[in-house]
Amino acid sequence: MMERWALESVGSDGTLGAGERQARGRGDTVGSGAEILVKALEREQVEVIFCYPGGANLEILDQLRDSSIRMVLTRHEQGAAHEASGYGRVSGRPGVCLATSGPGATNLVTGLAAASMDSVPLIAITGQVGTGMVGTDAFQEVDVTGITDPITKHNYLVRHPEDVAKTVKEAFYIAGSGRPGPVLLDIPRDVAQAETGVTTAGEIDLRGYKPNLRGHQGQIKQVLRLLADAARPVVIAGGGVLCAGAWPEMLRLAEGQRLPIANTLMGLGSVPLDHALALGMMGVHGLAPANLAVQSADLLIALGTRFSDRMSCNTEGFAPAAKIIHIDVDPAEIGKNVRADVPLVGDLKIVLGQILAKLEPGRPAGGAAGRDSWLAEIAEWKKIPHDPGPVRPDRLSAPAVIEALAAALPPQAIVATDVGQHQMWAAQRLRHRRPRGFISSGGLGAMGYGIPAAIGAQLACPRDLVVVVTGDGSFQMGLPELGTAKERRLPVKILLLNNDYLGMVKQLQDFYCDHRYAAVAFSDNPDFGALAAAYGADYFLAADQAALSLALPAFLAAPGLAVLEARVAPEENVYPMVLAGQNLDQMIGR
Amino acid sequence: MRHTFAVLVENNPGVLSKVAGLFSRRGFNIESLVVSETEDPSASRMTIVVEGDARVLEQVGKQLNKQVDVIKVNDITNEETVSRQLSLIRVAADQNTRQEILQITEIFRCRVVDIGRKSLIVEATGDEAKIQAVIRSLKPFGILEMARTGQVAMLRGAK
Repeated sequence: MMERWALESVGSDGTLGAGERQARGRGDTVGSGAEILVKALEREQVEVIFCYPGGANLEILDQLRDSSIRMVLTRHEQGAAHEASGYGRVSGRPGVCLATSGPGATNLVTGLAAASMDSVPLIAITGQVGTGMVGTDAFQEVDVTGITDPITKHNYLVRHPEDVAKTVKEAFYIAGSGRPGPVLLDIPRDVAQAETGVTTAGEIDLRGYKPNLRGHQGQIKQVLRLLADAARPVVIAGGGVLCAGAWPEMLRLAEGQRLPIANTLMGLGSVPLDHALALGMMGVHGLAPANLAVQSADLLIALGTRFSDRMSCNTEGFAPAAKIIHIDVDPAEIGKNVRADVPLVGDLKIVLGQILAKLEPGRPAGGAAGRDSWLAEIAEWKKIPHDPGPVRPDRLSAPAVIEALAAALPPQAIVATDVGQHQMWAAQRLRHRRPRGFISSGGLGAMGYGIPAAIGAQLACPRDLVVVVTGDGSFQMGLPELGTAKERRLPVKILLLNNDYLGMVKQLQDFYCDHRYAAVAFSDNPDFGALAAAYGADYFLAADQAALSLALPAFLAAPGLAVLEARVAPEENVYPMVLAGQNLDQMIGR
Repeated sequence: MRHTFAVLVENNPGVLSKVAGLFSRRGFNIESLVVSETEDPSASRMTIVVEGDARVLEQVGKQLNKQVDVIKVNDITNEETVSRQLSLIRVAADQNTRQEILQITEIFRCRVVDIGRKSLIVEATGDEAKIQAVIRSLKPFGILEMARTGQVAMLRGAK
């Protein structure tokens, strides 16, 4: 059982356990900071904590040892953060990770930045040197709250044991509400050790944090008016639709109003790609129907998106004829990158509910009847062939491998990706039938995300198929966490598209450096089969279509951890592609 | 455009660095920032003067509001406010010029707070325009040293 694994992996120091039991025996009247912390985590219904030990978090680990929370010992703190992130993305509840001070904390940084950019609910706990040592450049001391301030939604240096319970409650509320994000708690060792009678939190009142959830009625009227007048409307569904759990409302609105839907990378999964109104991903590597529809729209209903540069390409020339309705729970995103004609702040599930309530009472759907020609135009764009690219006899075509995977995956499968060409092919070509089932580092674009994120997802959804799509570069960044997957017996499936190149950067060098490749070739990659074997994973190799057809079903059906290495052609680039400074519809290679 | 934001923040350690960090990483241009205690010991007040176009100023307000430790943000630029800053200006002064300098300080209702053999220190309090005028007037005598606070501001009347 996994619970047993957790206990054994920590070791079995009887004296620590005994002391801990004694401490817990005193009931709720008094406790150490560490004890209060762990009980507060239990109250927040934390099931799993991804942790890495060190001198500054000993007391917290000791308390976790006998708690109901499963400890997953990772191989690197970055893995712990990404695992908590994957857990948070699929479940919608904050994933939790724990590291020690100094290097433990700095190793979390990439994971926190990734979670921050992609609005992932996450709680990071770091041990810190004792308060008396803070500021003295003590062993393994860094200014964690200073370092993580720009990459967390909020962070705390907890200075007193009395503050622990309240801080945990606030942290979970902040991480999971409004626009989700990572919250870090830095806990000095003496705070973890010291005892206090303040063991629980009362009601919390954050006077500086009150997310606006209901939409303004006046603005909603404007939305209805624009909807009724629009001849060429498009919904842009961003990650916020998934954060808010608003995909059913979005689909009802889109179907009722006959609104085609383009997804940002983060929004994939809010509408299945085979839905009649789905346009697929838009952006630098967006699909032609999505990019063309957005760029020539007269109304954009932008839901939970921050109009990133990858999505909008050139903000100056973005959708020149479109009025833009921008609905987001974070007011700071509205008007930040692209002007909004109708700004509307609120939780998408609530706001879309408000809009639907105004539309539905028996009324024919606004201008929906007059949209036949618009939908017909889009249907033509959908016929634009999406060429899988050149194929060499001795190597597979990467997009074709993704197509094969897409055809083989059950609807409930979760796919985590790494970062690079494989990520874009997966974003373009998978069916995206499970909301919150496509897990990818979008904003930060952090290589090494896929394997740990999949581990987190698998722990959140133990019965579901979890597949990683990765490349030979990213795989080697996420590699240490195979140790975690092995130890926890997690049946994650890793599809490794190996082209012996850092393909996305190579592609950039093709376009921006006149094919002068620099630092992108892995001319002597390791034996991935031997690596897989070292981690007890089943290994499959496919270098041609016939081998792929045989290997893919066996790989997906493997009982445990499995790696399928697909040898793909290094010449292939991701298309369509919008070059820097160009508009969305100026795609090459479509 | 130069705008003045009155910002009420939690009196937590680290809140100044959170706000200052926000300005530097978002590329907002701080002209001045004053932080001090208020009548409520759990809150501090920041008066921040920012230079930027309309889009930047809108973002400044929104990004400040987004901070959990920020309780309230008021752009008081176009409100009726009382705003003050304080300057200490060491001016070169000898027997020939001292009298003239003293006259100037009188006109501006400044105070002379220290007199040395070759210089004196003028304390000027007022809004930005007045401080600038004082500095302009004293400059010909030779400003040897200057220390200025940022601006503090408060809405007039109402309450």
